[in-house]
Amino acid sequence: MLTMPVTVEIIGNGIRRADFQTVYNIFNQADRIFSTFRDDSEISRINRGEISIHQASPTLRYVLALAEATKKDTSGYFDIHRPDGLDPLGIVKGWMINEAAKELRRRGFKNFFIEVGGDIQADGLSEEGKKWQVGIRNPFNKEEIIKVVELSAFGIATSGTYERGRHIYNPKKDFDEANKIVSLTVIGSDVYEADRFATAAFAMGEKGIQFIEKLPDFEGYMINRNGVATLTTGWKKHEIH
Amino acid sequence: MKKMFLSLLVIAGFGIYVLALRRSGSTSVGTVSAPGLNGSSNTNSSIPSSVPASGYKNGTYTGSVADAFYGNVQVQVTIAGGKITDVKFLDYPQDRNTSRQINSQAMPYLTQEAIQAQSANVDIVSGATATSGAFQQSLSSALQQAS
Repeated sequence: MLTMPVTVEIIGNGIRRADFQTVYNIFNQADRIFSTFRDDSEISRINRGEISIHQASPTLRYVLALAEATKKDTSGYFDIHRPDGLDPLGIVKGWMINEAAKELRRRGFKNFFIEVGGDIQADGLSEEGKKWQVGIRNPFNKEEIIKVVELSAFGIATSGTYERGRHIYNPKKDFDEANKIVSLTVIGSDVYEADRFATAAFAMGEKGIQFIEKLPDFEGYMINRNGVATLTTGWKKHEIH
Repeated sequence: MKKMFLSLLVIAGFGIYVLALRRSGSTSVGTVSAPGLNGSSNTNSSIPSSVPASGYKNGTYTGSVADAFYGNVQVQVTIAGGKITDVKFLDYPQDRNTSRQINSQAMPYLTQEAIQAQSANVDIVSGATATSGAFQQSLSSALQQAS
């Protein structure tokens, strides 16, 4: 069993419990459709051959289309196809955080963050009137933060070796390369973009950081097994420590 | 200004179980001065609440030679004021033409640095929920000498 912490913080006036409930509902709905850990999810039914993709809900078909587009965008390094069926978690997490953020914006909130399992969408400012201060966890010691970045209207996602069980899947099987990298954090225009590219770039191993470097407006911080980090050229503009 | 804070745990992929649903007043969140997260009202216990100092002794330390796939890597770390101030690569894969080409392609101009624990207040943390192994190989052996 994999557990993922979820944190939602909203700053503003007139915040009601229902505003959090709507975020919860979006995640719960995503779970009902996409969780491979649930026998009754749509994705599990597809994987068992009970329904075809064409019979699936518009949401599921839409996210599978996003996954296919991402596969093309990443030269095949992002791939939800597994020997035992489809596993869309690598794209669903960022997508559902992004959908929840859109809903909070529709409700008029400008200052908030939403975090699921270390992937974050940060909008506006914190209660102190500053950009959100986001720490990056030491992949060798979860008690430590090894970097602090300031974000407003950005998404950030980290892929790491611990996730590789199912989430990070290397379709090209060059595992020796990927195993040298223990963590890759990506900052992008939103958490959906950051998450899908972090997932794909992590599967590329050491050259993943070069992939992020080439993406306009994306920055990355890659840590190898020796504890040495490689930074994209624009990373420092987000960094405060 | 009002602020509210929700924390829950997602189980089994992202199956969601509400562990805690907290409301806080206007000032109770975001003002913790301890290093690490300011999420004192966040019931998510998987996120650390403190960041230890590095505690390294000043000096220059040379790590052991480590295999870096295309050749050997040896790192020298300089500690000043208890912090890593410089990391030099004493040995770098360059014994074969292929290595040289691969290096020039793989690392054209991207900056590298040794990761280092930070003491800072943050609102939230990006990263893993599980730990992997300890520091190994060249850099870690250098840091062991420094501590």
